[in-house]
Amino acid sequence: MPDWKPSASLSNLRKRAELNQKVRSFFSERNVLEVETPLLSEAASTDLHLESFQTTSHHYLQTSPEFFMKRLIASGVGDCYQICKAFRVEEKSSRHNPEFSILEWYRSGLDDTQLISEVADFIASLISFESIEIRSYQEWFENILDINPHSASIKDLVDACYKQGAASCDTWSRDELLDFLISIAIEPVLPRQSLCFITHYPASQAALSRKELNVNGYSVARRFEAYLGGLELANGYWELTDAEEQEARFKEDLAMRQAAGKELVPYDQKLIAALEAGAPNMSGVALGLDRLYMLALNTNKISEVISFSD
Amino acid sequence: MASYSTNEFKGGLKVLLDGAPCSIVENELVKPGKGQAFNRVKLKNLKTGRVLEKTFKSGESVEAADVMEIDMEYVYTDGEFWHFMKTDGSFEQQGANADAITDAKDWLKEQDVYEITLFNGEILNVVPPKFVELEIVETDPGLKGDTAQGGSKPATLSTGAVVRVPLFIDQGEVIRVDTRSGEYVSRAKSE
Repeated sequence: MPDWKPSASLSNLRKRAELNQKVRSFFSERNVLEVETPLLSEAASTDLHLESFQTTSHHYLQTSPEFFMKRLIASGVGDCYQICKAFRVEEKSSRHNPEFSILEWYRSGLDDTQLISEVADFIASLISFESIEIRSYQEWFENILDINPHSASIKDLVDACYKQGAASCDTWSRDELLDFLISIAIEPVLPRQSLCFITHYPASQAALSRKELNVNGYSVARRFEAYLGGLELANGYWELTDAEEQEARFKEDLAMRQAAGKELVPYDQKLIAALEAGAPNMSGVALGLDRLYMLALNTNKISEVISFSD
Repeated sequence: MASYSTNEFKGGLKVLLDGAPCSIVENELVKPGKGQAFNRVKLKNLKTGRVLEKTFKSGESVEAADVMEIDMEYVYTDGEFWHFMKTDGSFEQQGANADAITDAKDWLKEQDVYEITLFNGEILNVVPPKFVELEIVETDPGLKGDTAQGGSKPATLSTGAVVRVPLFIDQGEVIRVDTRSGEYVSRAKSE
């Protein structure tokens, strides 16, 4: 007989409902509006490392609600949050499910540093942790690996990757080498009892965040990631709101997709039009809600916090 | 050359790593928040038996190892090689060196069938059956009347292996041994 039962216990599902309530009250107390946006869109994420599910009607299931939410904000809805499903092809592990829950929110007038403290407040409203550690990408690399990620030569990075157990990395790009080091050598040793933030990523990993030159002359992105208990929880940006640059980044992404032999998806021209019309200065963050609930319910399997895992 | 993409990785898959045949033990997807995904893989080197951890970029391909597992019958040893014969009716024979028979050496019996791992046509490893029946060539005489109290004594088998047997077992008897634990199981049933 097929296994028809839920992957999570009913007790976890009841606790999950309570946690959802707490999430909603956190935002309603701060006057952040709950919104809902479509899961299907004719446009898709252009990110080189995200694959969208495509329907037979030429729609894509959204990898995050970002584009629709920014269009709402450009139309004047104000600060808003959303709890929704997001979909990513071939992401399956003890902490990945191809369909998962995202909590995403946007705050106008805040930069990434200010949003980081709200993210910390939010997580603290659900889970306790010992301390908060906020360090730049460069500081984490220097503290843990004694490598400057901005100035290290490719050869130094390749050597470091081999030292950390890469099978064969001579042909990897700079970003691939850095991605390897952060996920294999740095993430696993971040203090597990602390809410850790990695800020100021290399500009090449800006995604949809603003880029700037830092005081040392390195080009960095105002993007951050949050980690707790060995889990990556959230990714945030001081949002890029310049329509022209946004379109250029979409096109750059597509060029990289083409070079990598990946599908060329349609980018969201309506987002570009919305940014052209004008969007406020804002920061936004996407948080993996299932992961947060894994921590709150003390499990290391995503299947134990979602009713039916893939 | 055949190869496997990382998304085909699973336990038991045989791949070549720096020229050495390896079997995948465990495969885990690792992903930074955004960016390139990786497969962190535990592999067992089939030559040395050592388990190592290596990380591959997801989507990369790795060369397949030409590894086959077949049953072969043990025939004899010339002191340097241990010779096995195919059971497919071809009577084709092949020699295994000392490294390959490490796990099976204590349990080799002529005409018994063993699980042989072939790499590029050469015998890489020999796995004995879970149970073998071997004759005791030397043990102290059993003490009559003492058997009720239990206890055990060492016994040397025809292969040279030493196992502990109950006191009532005598030299010349054939016993059944668990090859995984190296422990006595029972007297062999006479046919």
